[in-house]
Amino acid sequence: MSPTTLYRARRILTMNPSRPEATHVAVRDGRILGAGSLDELVGWGPHVLDERFADLVLMPGFVEGHSHLMAGSLWRHVYCGWFEVRDPDGARVAGAKSLDAVVAALAAAAPSGTGGGHIGWGFDPIYFGNRRCQRADLDRVSATHTVGVLHASGHILNVNSEALRRAGLLRPGVDHPGIPLGEDGLPTGELKGPEAMMPVMPHVGLDRSFLSGDEFGIRAFGKLAVRAGVTTATDLAATAQDPEIETWLRVTGDETYPVRLVPFLRLIGLSPAEAVARAVQIRARSSEQLRLGRIKVVADGSIQGFSARLRWPGYHNGAPNGLWYTAPQTVREVYTQGLEHGVLIHTHTNGDEATEMALDCMEAALRARPAPDHRYTLQHCQLADEAQFRRIKALGMGVNLFANHHYYWGEQHRAITVGPERAERMNACRSALDAGVPFSVHSDAPITPLAPLFTAWCAVNRLSATGRVLGAAQRIGVMDALRAITLGAAWTLKLDGEIGSIECGKRADFAVLGEDPTAVASEALKDVPVWGTVQGGRVFPA
Amino acid sequence: MSAGAPAGAPGSPVGDVPGSPVRGAQGQGADAVPPALPATVVGGWLGAGKTTLVNHLLRHAGGRRIAVLVNDFGEVSIDAELIEGADGGVLSLAGGCMCCSWGEDLFGTIARLRARPSAPELLLVETSGVAQPATVARLLRLAPGLDVEGVVVLVDAETVRERAADRYVGDLVRQQLAEADLLLLNKLDLVTPGQAAEVAQWLGTQVPGVRVAPAEQGRVEPGVVLGVGLERELAVDSGSGSDPRSGSARADADSPAAGPSVEAASQDGWQPRAWQPLARDAGTRFESGSQRHDGPMDVPALARELCAPGSPIVRAKGVLIGQDGQPVLLQLVGRRAHIGPAPAGAAQLGLLVWIAVR
Repeated sequence: MSPTTLYRARRILTMNPSRPEATHVAVRDGRILGAGSLDELVGWGPHVLDERFADLVLMPGFVEGHSHLMAGSLWRHVYCGWFEVRDPDGARVAGAKSLDAVVAALAAAAPSGTGGGHIGWGFDPIYFGNRRCQRADLDRVSATHTVGVLHASGHILNVNSEALRRAGLLRPGVDHPGIPLGEDGLPTGELKGPEAMMPVMPHVGLDRSFLSGDEFGIRAFGKLAVRAGVTTATDLAATAQDPEIETWLRVTGDETYPVRLVPFLRLIGLSPAEAVARAVQIRARSSEQLRLGRIKVVADGSIQGFSARLRWPGYHNGAPNGLWYTAPQTVREVYTQGLEHGVLIHTHTNGDEATEMALDCMEAALRARPAPDHRYTLQHCQLADEAQFRRIKALGMGVNLFANHHYYWGEQHRAITVGPERAERMNACRSALDAGVPFSVHSDAPITPLAPLFTAWCAVNRLSATGRVLGAAQRIGVMDALRAITLGAAWTLKLDGEIGSIECGKRADFAVLGEDPTAVASEALKDVPVWGTVQGGRVFPA
Repeated sequence: MSAGAPAGAPGSPVGDVPGSPVRGAQGQGADAVPPALPATVVGGWLGAGKTTLVNHLLRHAGGRRIAVLVNDFGEVSIDAELIEGADGGVLSLAGGCMCCSWGEDLFGTIARLRARPSAPELLLVETSGVAQPATVARLLRLAPGLDVEGVVVLVDAETVRERAADRYVGDLVRQQLAEADLLLLNKLDLVTPGQAAEVAQWLGTQVPGVRVAPAEQGRVEPGVVLGVGLERELAVDSGSGSDPRSGSARADADSPAAGPSVEAASQDGWQPRAWQPLARDAGTRFESGSQRHDGPMDVPALARELCAPGSPIVRAKGVLIGQDGQPVLLQLVGRRAHIGPAPAGAAQLGLLVWIAVR
């Protein structure tokens, strides 16, 4: 018989309603034999009592239902943000408080781009006053190698003269709204929007960072996950080509790899029927640590980028309505095919018109192919109103709300994108809860940092970066938020039978915390220290 | 991401009617070596017939090496019997044509295609059904060495009005129409002549001044979409008699002239070979021809005339002598005419080749 380990903890929050608390948990073969008192658990036979968590608090390992492996890959490059952060190894990385500091940080680092260029990320020059970054600034980093600095939003890229030259854009006569020109008639080096960035991206060597088959990135992501208490995370979404899958299988199969990955196949470049067939095909290649065979559909763009599809009256500042990334008829078809073949589909809808479209498609698909317990989930679903939550419930769907948005962009949403009323009901966790809609909350890392306790704090407090409570009526309680980052996310992945709570039979996945998140003030939820994780019975100190 | 340029914004067809300023000298400056690669953007809503159209064009490439760039292979599939091989993401097709998806790297994809031993002579860029084609054209115009001739948007005659009123995608469908230099009214076989006329009239109210070319089952005269293809003749005076294909080409000497200034055939032994009526279509919908303009002329005035509402010309191209005595390249796609620098060493000065709706 395999050895049994019995962990003692200060407190164990199981998220199992039948037995919400325990002091001990018994683990064998990477799974939970039971949670309870020492007396109750010794009945499982010979064991080793492990006391290392005696002063710590255990929760089910957190499940990040919407993240990207790119959150790890970006650490190949130079962090250029304003806030201090920690790298995957836990080292503090100071924020760059001036453009000079950004230039100095880039110049000090070895070139990290695929073509030997300098790359930075997380750049947020809004904190540098009105001074805009120009190519001359980045020419100070290098005049011979390319320099590219990606903004925190991901929507703007600043480059140096060499990068423009290689892309054939260092010339007069460039006529594009996303490429501002200087007084000399040449591009300033600021490239606004994915379309303007596209011609230059390959030249600055940023392309590899966007591939989820990047082994460095997968390993770095694993370290970030341990530091955040995450034991299962999605990569939402990937192309899931064979070489990518082989890399995932190899890395996640490594005894030292601490996260169960759930990559979603993005519906792009494949017809709905092809995508569903591919999902079914790769599902069979799943392992304990790699769960394949789910599909992600992107319906619209982003609210802060004005590319989300909004219903009337649209954007608060009068910006034209956003973009469809997938046609309604395609969404309907992939839902219908997916339901027929039992393939789980998640759909990115930011704007409420995109949400409405997805609900219409779901209703039609369910009429054509009735399917029980499909768990089709709307990702972000930021602007859904009460009526839409009622429809979501009636259709058997779930949502994964982008709670971190209130903190990072809440003020902009209130003032510019959607106005005060809708800003207060964005990511309406309370509405979801009241309507009985299964829900989770997420970071969309690297868009915002991977840190479920911070995300839960956002859902509980709804504070903007300037400290305003944005939508007090939509706040939820700490226990509801903790459920959202464990069982809630597990439900959306159809993994709630395996993970998300600490109870007999489930995976031995724990978030190991320095404090009891239910005992601290709710304002301090984000500050609860993470010691590390236990994943599949293996202990990973942060 | 920007929401795309509304009609009338810089770069949209409305702003680029005849007489518009000469566009930037893309790859055609004094030191430009390779001739610009002509490109046409093809857009249109899902189900408008893009797959059929692409396969049709590839079957009737007329010996020209067409590169088809597809935004999403989920929407467009190349007929299996046309595919001769696959290499590095590029499908090699019958007749030296090729097809690939551009993914995240449009410019790199084009550069790699051009670096192939048999570089493409024509580029056809298929946008996805939800794309705004003018946005793609605007992006392509940043690519070095490309000559983006215009935007052709495919229209499903049967369903376009319904789609244009759709609560979700109506605005996008109407925008796609508005961004077209030339509309290809497809699936005419599915509607009665009366309905076809009605749709054409409706399109005229939606997009004032737009040019509409008819098509059935995605079958259209290739030149309408691919351009009149004078690149070789214009670029190099190589003695076209040695061109193995010149014998099979013919001018439409028997076509009725489309306008008073039009001559039905060229006069110097060179034949506009790029376009031929299909046997199937029997030339009933289109005709081609050429007109010769010797000596300096008011090219913008001619462009305005060719683009004027009611003009039957859907595509035209030629190197003409401007009033300052300098050769310029005049190109027309539907309602967009563009006057740019002449390719280096252009031959056939003064010859304008055209395709018109009969």
